[in-house]
Amino acid sequence: MNTRAIFAIARKDLKVAIQNKGVVLPIIILPLVLFVILPWIMVYASSFTETTGASNDIGELLARMPAGLLHELSGFTPNQQLIVFSLVYMLAPMFLIMPLMVSSVLAADSFAGEKERKTLEALLYTPITDRELFAAKLLGSWTTALAVTVLSFIVYAVMVNAAGWQSIGRIFFPNWMWIALVVWVTPAVAGLGLVVMVFASARAQGFQDAYQTGGLVVLPVIALMIGQVSGVMYFSLSVVMIVGLAIWLIDAVLLWFASKSFRRSQLMTKF
Amino acid sequence: MISPVIQTSSLTRHFGEIKAVDQLTLEVQAGEIFGFLGHNGAGKTTTVRLLNGVIEATSGEARVLGLNPQTQGSALRARTGVLTETPSLDERLTARDNLSIYADLYNFPRADVSARVHFLLTEFELAERADEKVAGYSKGMKQRLALARALLHKPEVLFLDEPTSGLDPVAARHVNDLVEHLARREGCTVFLCTHNLVEAQKLCDRVAVMEHGHLVALGTPSDLTRQYVKRLDVDLEVDPTQIELVLQIVQGLPQLVSGPPKRKKDMLTLTLSGRKAIPELLHILVQKGLHVYRLAPQEANLEEVYFALHGNTQ
Repeated sequence: MNTRAIFAIARKDLKVAIQNKGVVLPIIILPLVLFVILPWIMVYASSFTETTGASNDIGELLARMPAGLLHELSGFTPNQQLIVFSLVYMLAPMFLIMPLMVSSVLAADSFAGEKERKTLEALLYTPITDRELFAAKLLGSWTTALAVTVLSFIVYAVMVNAAGWQSIGRIFFPNWMWIALVVWVTPAVAGLGLVVMVFASARAQGFQDAYQTGGLVVLPVIALMIGQVSGVMYFSLSVVMIVGLAIWLIDAVLLWFASKSFRRSQLMTKF
Repeated sequence: MISPVIQTSSLTRHFGEIKAVDQLTLEVQAGEIFGFLGHNGAGKTTTVRLLNGVIEATSGEARVLGLNPQTQGSALRARTGVLTETPSLDERLTARDNLSIYADLYNFPRADVSARVHFLLTEFELAERADEKVAGYSKGMKQRLALARALLHKPEVLFLDEPTSGLDPVAARHVNDLVEHLARREGCTVFLCTHNLVEAQKLCDRVAVMEHGHLVALGTPSDLTRQYVKRLDVDLEVDPTQIELVLQIVQGLPQLVSGPPKRKKDMLTLTLSGRKAIPELLHILVQKGLHVYRLAPQEANLEEVYFALHGNTQ
């Protein structure tokens, strides 16, 4: 493996991507809304539950939750339970949108964007092998997605504890489930966003086209969120480990198919 | 005997029903500027892709620098340089970045990258704007940068796909001078795909003419003109008082002179049936007592060869 060439392409892709507003804006706006503004809104809203009589509704919502979750919330007052439930459990599946979105937007720029800009052909005339090129394309998007996700997690941890400090009075975030989510699940989810975008880019005419098609990959994450809010399941440590394992397996299968189709002769026509 | 740098034998590539390259057999020698002519869709770009192992052949064989493009593509591409039809540059990056990245891809010695990049930017008159984004460059500057990138790793064989397409005459001349310098002074073999016939005539040692994926002619420009251009234009200068008489005589020689003569002041241009008609015509004119001051054949060019071939294959 020519690691120098792999890192050169990964660096180049990143350098090119960060000059595209279509890439940079969602990477800035999404974490700002989800992980900076939303925690404060949720804590602020929870302070009105008693005065507005919404506490009964909250009680009904929590009553529908699985026993394991209720057990984990048992040490908190109702107001604290609402804060912990919303910020620690309800937002956990939503956090997965971050690696998914960052990896797919970068991959769309790297694969379909390269096709749109007509810059791929010159790359194909270099000594880099098909496997090295594929690895380079994935590496840049994947590592950046992970870096942005970890940074978002750190920001979120600070915001959640700061916002909830007045009600809870101690650091309550992250728990082991969140650490497993960040360490085990988000790399897999970032990988999923990448490989789906490889397939979407093969058929797309350009960056926007690929991003819209590949954006459908967010649907399983939304299903997880609905499952969490409706009480069908909740993100316990064991659930997170199983979800992570399932996504890694899906990644492996898709990656195998993607690497098979990522051949120079096909890139000339498809990409 | 020195083996050819490029050698193909019945090289064929189909895209579904379309035969992009069909049974192509040719050889290109070291240090040669080899013109590969044909209009759009003739199979020029597909051939370059096949010879660099970027696409696979349907059948037939190819060897470039003794390597098989299909099985030794990576090793081969380390020794060839390709200027694609579109410059294929990262326009969001600077010229310096564009070159530096490719230096890494070609595994150019790290310690020498900066000096080599600077040399090429200076050589191609891009040094002053080396740190500006390529998006702001003119078409000529982009083409020069793409050519600099193709030469970055000092390739032994250079494939140029329409290198002067869209360039102004000064920029085109600059590129042509450089191509000539690379081949004549540095021994680089140049495979030049073009439909600029004047350029091919001026630069190329030998040319191949492609038509719908088929090789229809191969040889030096002068060989091809002799072979394919049967008619010949000659300039005839006689005593001005004898011009009308000459016109009468040549109109009576349809076996030698085809078509009406063109008259410009005291000079006539005649279209002859071929080179052999020259001594016969001269003999008849002298025998009739005419004073012939000059009878000069106009050299046929590749353009005429091309259109002669094009007519044959329609």
